[in-house]
Amino acid sequence: MSSMGAPTQAPTWVTHGLVPVINLVLALIISGLIIAAIGEDPFEALGYLMYGAFGYPEAIGYTLYYTTNFIFTGLAVAIAFHCGLFNIGGEGQAYLGGLGAGVVGLLFGHWPSPLVILIGILAAASFGAVWGVIPGWLQAKRGSHIVITTIMFNFIAAALMSYLMVEILINPGQQAAESRTFEAGAFIPFAHDILPALGVSMGRSALNLSFVLAILCSVFFWFFMWRTRWGYEIRAVGQNETAAVYAGISPSRAIIVAMAISGALAGLVGVNEILGVHHRLLMEFTAGYGFVGIAVALMGRNHPLGIFLAALLFGTLYQGGQEIAFDMPRVNRDMVVVIQGLVILFSGALENMFRPRIEAFFIRRPRAVAAAE
Amino acid sequence: MTGAPQEQGTAHAASKAAAPARAPGHAGAIAPALELRNIDKWFGSVHANDQISLKVEPGTIHGIIGENGAGKSTLMSIVYGYYQADSGEILVGDKPVTIRGPEQAIAQGIGMVHQHFMKVDTFTVLENVVLGAETGMLLAPSLATARAELVRLERDYSLEVDPDAIVGELPVGVQQRVEILKALFRGADTLILDEPTGVLTPQEVADLFRILRALREQGKSIVLITHKLREIMALTDNVTVMRQGAVVANVKTAETTREDLASLMVGRTVLLRVDKTPAQPGETFLGVENLSVRDGNGVARVKGVTLDVRAGEIVGIAGVAGNGQSELLGALAGILPIEDGRVLFKGEEILSRKQTKTARQMRRIGLGHVPEDRHRMGLITSFEASESGILGYHRDTKYNSRILMDRGAVLEETARQMKEYDVRPPIPRLRTSSFSGGNQQKIVLGREMERHPDVLLVGQPTRGVDIGAIEYIHKRLIAERDAGKAILLVSVELDEIMSLADRIIVMFDGEIVGELTQADATEQALGLMMAGERQDGMA
Repeated sequence: MSSMGAPTQAPTWVTHGLVPVINLVLALIISGLIIAAIGEDPFEALGYLMYGAFGYPEAIGYTLYYTTNFIFTGLAVAIAFHCGLFNIGGEGQAYLGGLGAGVVGLLFGHWPSPLVILIGILAAASFGAVWGVIPGWLQAKRGSHIVITTIMFNFIAAALMSYLMVEILINPGQQAAESRTFEAGAFIPFAHDILPALGVSMGRSALNLSFVLAILCSVFFWFFMWRTRWGYEIRAVGQNETAAVYAGISPSRAIIVAMAISGALAGLVGVNEILGVHHRLLMEFTAGYGFVGIAVALMGRNHPLGIFLAALLFGTLYQGGQEIAFDMPRVNRDMVVVIQGLVILFSGALENMFRPRIEAFFIRRPRAVAAAE
Repeated sequence: MTGAPQEQGTAHAASKAAAPARAPGHAGAIAPALELRNIDKWFGSVHANDQISLKVEPGTIHGIIGENGAGKSTLMSIVYGYYQADSGEILVGDKPVTIRGPEQAIAQGIGMVHQHFMKVDTFTVLENVVLGAETGMLLAPSLATARAELVRLERDYSLEVDPDAIVGELPVGVQQRVEILKALFRGADTLILDEPTGVLTPQEVADLFRILRALREQGKSIVLITHKLREIMALTDNVTVMRQGAVVANVKTAETTREDLASLMVGRTVLLRVDKTPAQPGETFLGVENLSVRDGNGVARVKGVTLDVRAGEIVGIAGVAGNGQSELLGALAGILPIEDGRVLFKGEEILSRKQTKTARQMRRIGLGHVPEDRHRMGLITSFEASESGILGYHRDTKYNSRILMDRGAVLEETARQMKEYDVRPPIPRLRTSSFSGGNQQKIVLGREMERHPDVLLVGQPTRGVDIGAIEYIHKRLIAERDAGKAILLVSVELDEIMSLADRIIVMFDGEIVGELTQADATEQALGLMMAGERQDGMA
């Protein structure tokens, strides 16, 4: 035995690869059992799921469109996690982000397209950031618990949007609480409009260039978190606030910065939805993406690569799940939600059920190998 | 580690020599109160306990000594049922027993007094003693029985405690008595004490020893886990020495010496005294005038402290933990705000009620800080060593370009410091928590001392650090002193203060109650002051 502190970490591929895969497989097995119990063939269902998500160009487009939203909200939750904060307010921040994007679309839609889109992105990020910073500020300066305040801010966002949509932004002379459609300058190009020009055939889907923005945000996230002093400070506060103060880092500043970026990332859902797909402002377009972002961040271990994969998984479940509901009459929409719930349960809530044992197995291995030699 | 096998040999020889002296295995001898046979325990790839065998004779005090990480606490956790051994046997009074949890340990008559007391602060002594041992639905009958039993225990073992006192309001030494009472109340015949003296004044230690001896007189068996040689020599009948998870010696205390035990613990000869020349103090680097500090809860912790530390000297602050030393260090480091008074650096005011600075600004002025608690403050254990190695200096230009951090520079500098301070293994990318306590402390020391700050604040530099590393850390501190730096040292280890500090200041309840030069400092004199007795002439 060496006297020095022996490394007792499991290999990275185990922590970040094997464990999530095992959790996912377990969730699928349980889902399969449930599907079998209601009298359908689970393998057929899995087939529909994969076909529905990847079987044809439109399906792939929709899967990636959902993935885009989950990347934004997953990253948003993750940066708050890194600062030791549990941001439940992704939903409200996304909602406000949509308001920002929508206002820009309504006001400046007649301007040159790249300019409008850029302003729209900045507006969505800023509106989301404000909605994140207020709870962050309350936590940092007043000690109001961020879980409570962000939940409240979801309600406030919903109420505010209802008021705005019904009273102010509604397109006059119609029943639905929706704004008028923007001028074309505020449309983010669809994949099916761009890709054919590059020689790639693409079916009509909701996928738009926001996906590229999501990838850029993931890259930004990694550099910011692990390669800048600001990311270092946020992580220091999240891991050990006492040590952060000892190092001269201001925790309240880190909390406010983290929540600003978190809110901004969540707000970008509004770009994808409002400028990318709907091209008008409407209610409840956030559809729970903010909440699923929590599961995405958990499953993706708060790392952008993991978040991308987890977002892709949830994109698959969302898109492919609709195919199952469509093709298998006994598996209705609610069953699909149950399956999604199981994935969240196993990969998020039950994370620590198998992790210690699996990791212990791999920590122990080298010794056995060494003994065998 | 050349020569280690030879010493190992002597160790085993010693254990063999000791065995017949007691002759416990002979026919007619009383069965051991507690016997461990070939206890083996792995944690992942760490062999925490390697075939441990030992016998605790009834009516004796049995010491288990070893460096941090030698496996003492693991072993006792196995005895008390927190962990299960991978293999091996536990015998109580010659009968093999299975212990799967503390309840079963208690059922076998084994009691434990933890390093950190397991108590409810807002309950009375009586309620704490009964806690978990209530009988029936209603509390009153349990309490009545317990009160009678407590009176008896107090009489038999002279463990004076007021059953109706609120535990949180009692001095630490008395709280510890409550822990002992709890174990006795549950019928413990064998009492395990894990590092019981860490938080006590010398007088409280003396009281504890008196109680333990009384328990021994009454036929109780006691297992004392400690890393302090002095306690082993003063109190125990037999001693087991552990190193790196294995027993290296089982000896009768009367037949061994401090020096022998120290060598057995470390595996080589160690210097117990620190070699140093008299201090050559120069100009005053750090001046503290009438400083008062409140903690986060608004409680006054430092009350009008005035002191100075000059270039080329080590000033030690002695005192029982919790008498304001931590807050004093915190305020000087820029972590806690100052209530009143001021702090001067080379004659210039740098801190006062109005003039606040962050810890980072204090570092830039030239004030390094090795915090008392490296886990809670000095390091971020989940970070890579290289990231912990720049904590507090992470904004330095040498680690940063305009936006991105220069990771190459960070890794290079950490690798250099690791080499310089003999951190093992010298791998900057390894997670901080993967290093042993001593090596973690060397990471902190390397970070804070490598910049050779003019003033170095040092808190508990060797807490939880093994003897070999202690020697090294002490040498480095003295080297800094000799290089003309001013060092303020806070330690609750009297030995450390007495051997390192050129001047010793004693703090009690937030005030300075006395000051002694190294030559005048005796344990007796310091002990009295640590208990609050003012030195003549101190207002």
